[in-house]
Amino acid sequence: MPFLRKKIYACAGYNTISLGTGRKEFHPKKPRPGIEHYIKEAGLGSIEQIKNPENIDEGVIGNFIADRFCKQGNLGGFFPYVHPVFQYKPCIHVEGACDSGGLALVTSVKNILSELADVVLCIGVEIQNTVKALYGADYLAAAGWYSGERKNGHAYFFPDQFSQRAGAYMEKFGEVKTREGMAQWYVNAIENARKNPKAQEYHNTIQDLFAAGMTKPNPKAFCEFLNVYDCSKVSDGASALIFASEEGLKKIGIDKKDVVEVVAFAQVQDNITTPPPDSTKLTTCEIAAKKVYERAGIKPKDLSVLEVHDCFTIAGIMAVEAAGFAGYGEGADFVKEGKTKSTGIIPTNATGGLIGYGHPTGATGVRQAVDVVHQLLNRASDYQVKIEPNRPFGMISSMGGNDITVVTMIFRKTE
Amino acid sequence: MNLDERLRDVSVIGAAGKMGSGIAVLIGQEMMRLKFESPDRIYRLNLIDVSEKGLDGLRDYIKAQFVRFAEKSIVSLRTTYKDCPDLVENAEIVDAYVNDAMKLLNFGTDPFLSTNSHLVFEAIVENEKIKVKTYKLLKKLVSKEALFLTNTSSIPIGYLDEKSGLDGRLIGYHFYNPPVVQKLVEVIGSSQTKEELKNVASELGKKLRKILVPANDISGFIGNGHFMRDGLFALDEVMRLKGKFKLPGAISIMNRVSQDFLLRPMGIFQLIDYVGVDVFQCILRVMRTHLGDTTLKHKLIDKMMKNGVKGGQYPDGSQKDGFLKYDKNRPVGIYDLRKGEYVPIDDDWKKKMDKNLGPLPEGFVPWKALLGDSKKEDKLKNHFSSLKKMNSMGAELALSYLKKTKEIAENLVKQKVATSADDVNAVLTNGFYWLYGPINEYI
Repeated sequence: MPFLRKKIYACAGYNTISLGTGRKEFHPKKPRPGIEHYIKEAGLGSIEQIKNPENIDEGVIGNFIADRFCKQGNLGGFFPYVHPVFQYKPCIHVEGACDSGGLALVTSVKNILSELADVVLCIGVEIQNTVKALYGADYLAAAGWYSGERKNGHAYFFPDQFSQRAGAYMEKFGEVKTREGMAQWYVNAIENARKNPKAQEYHNTIQDLFAAGMTKPNPKAFCEFLNVYDCSKVSDGASALIFASEEGLKKIGIDKKDVVEVVAFAQVQDNITTPPPDSTKLTTCEIAAKKVYERAGIKPKDLSVLEVHDCFTIAGIMAVEAAGFAGYGEGADFVKEGKTKSTGIIPTNATGGLIGYGHPTGATGVRQAVDVVHQLLNRASDYQVKIEPNRPFGMISSMGGNDITVVTMIFRKTE
Repeated sequence: MNLDERLRDVSVIGAAGKMGSGIAVLIGQEMMRLKFESPDRIYRLNLIDVSEKGLDGLRDYIKAQFVRFAEKSIVSLRTTYKDCPDLVENAEIVDAYVNDAMKLLNFGTDPFLSTNSHLVFEAIVENEKIKVKTYKLLKKLVSKEALFLTNTSSIPIGYLDEKSGLDGRLIGYHFYNPPVVQKLVEVIGSSQTKEELKNVASELGKKLRKILVPANDISGFIGNGHFMRDGLFALDEVMRLKGKFKLPGAISIMNRVSQDFLLRPMGIFQLIDYVGVDVFQCILRVMRTHLGDTTLKHKLIDKMMKNGVKGGQYPDGSQKDGFLKYDKNRPVGIYDLRKGEYVPIDDDWKKKMDKNLGPLPEGFVPWKALLGDSKKEDKLKNHFSSLKKMNSMGAELALSYLKKTKEIAENLVKQKVATSADDVNAVLTNGFYWLYGPINEYI
């Protein structure tokens, strides 16, 4: 019996530009669009690709922490703002730190499985440029255990969490190869982002990317084992994707050739009050990957495209191990050897990932799904990777906190 | 009394001015560092100015600077405040730092506030009489142990010391604008200056992480000694060129030549506006008086002042109009003295000027791009050797300016204003952000 009790499809994906430093149109002192603009742009971008938006039954909005960045709660209230046809229809806001988008995806799927909806509009959104990075770091630290960890934590709480992981990984598997793997991850992210006009790093002009990636960290101003190139940037952005049942597809007038099938997902929760069992690996991500492969009845080798949560380069390396592509401690070499490049064994984060595209936290899980759907539909324009006929699957792995909340989801081409 | 003890009570006179406010921020930050080491000690920074309104602005400026400093230092400040359980988020720690730092400050118009100070910074108007009057008053208020540091950029220290009766308790400590950012401090001891004060000045420079360059006690010292004559040369060139290009055209030409052809951070007339036409005139007067050099004046400067066109900055730091008109600190017009109005720098104007000057050397890289370039030296060499091969008015004017500026700098060494060519070059590169010292092999 398949994991999902009915067929569910994803279609009509849309990503806004990821706005922040690096984009030519971004200026920290100039006014920028608010959260409502992003929700609307992404929502409309999605529903404009279907025939009958009035047949969308529900909305799900993934967002981490607009109540601090934008002083805005009750995000469901923006669902009817996307389009008047959504007036009085249900909408729910879900939150799981940087995995809020991932939770929005599974919530949308669950809503259809519950048989209370046939079509769900799933939106992820985050606005982060409203404050300077050091204050944003305060807000984002809420993804950790505030009363247990924050006081003794670093000014840049999350970068430091992953800096500690990088340090542990370096100590166990070698500093040079880890650093080179991280630098190569940065190179791949920017090279991919330069092909994606919506990516925050689309305008990146650094000539020697590897040298930039190898920059020595400065613990006085930032972290012990991470430089700024190891980190995803502060981003404003939103993404939207429509999920539908077979009946739902008919209702919105979408042909099967324009959709991909959701084969399986896993949603795994770790305890936020306990430290990671092993700093050198993403245990929760690994469990979520194993579960989703098992539920989909496939192996890593069946994937043609992968999207992992590279909030930091070291997280990217560990995520590739957690997804079963590289052995434990072999991720850095795997990346260094080019195996995660768009032309590699497993094209990973082909649109730039969190480091290249940007990381509007609450949008990221949805953005990853939008990009995998585009890849499987062969509609990824300049950043299209080869989807092998015998490997028709794509996977996303989306993480919240320090490997605390994880969603994995596998998609398949329909024919 | 060592420097740390002196830093327990410090006064800044003229604190609301451009320089005084920057000095106040630097000393306030240093006091906070000491306060963290000895939390039970009382530290006081007395910020004194004649203008109540200025003091209000000063409070805002200092607070904003403390916020910036705390934000920049947040990684270490979290450790500093680790024993305060209520301070958890970065924002709370930044607020705590700013509140603690503001508590050290006394603001007021009454010089009496300085009574307990053992270190007094003076950054009031560049006027001998007012400075002497102020020192005479302060001398009566503070203890005999107190040491004075003046930010004068042109008045001889020995003169001020003697007229004020400070008996060697005065040293020149010339910060560059803005003191919070600029690394350079010109240090000028007079023949009377006490050894103890020289040591305090040197130790303080290290604490503030400044580059200290010694200058001899000759009016204008190195910085203005060079800048005034450099500016006068440009003004003379303008007078020479105005017959052919009219006054705004000539100003535009010399501004462009000094900025782009000579690769300086801004054109000479933009720099004069930045410093203030009024300040430029005032410094010329001081130098003329003390050096007895009647050539240190210019009728164009005097005419500008007569027309009330003074340059300088608004309290928010934005540029006032002077030789050039500014929009968001960018030059958009050039003053026409005859008409008393500005000629817009539009595309037509730029084309006309470019046509007059001729092209920039091939492979031209602007000042900003060269600043952090590891191959800066080679690129500068190429730039100037290309200029020499070019047969254009721009190249000709630039080379003659380069030659003049070198001559001015060499004279400063000859006249013993500076001890060495390196010192002159250090002032121009660190205080004026030139990419190269005026004493160079390019010409």
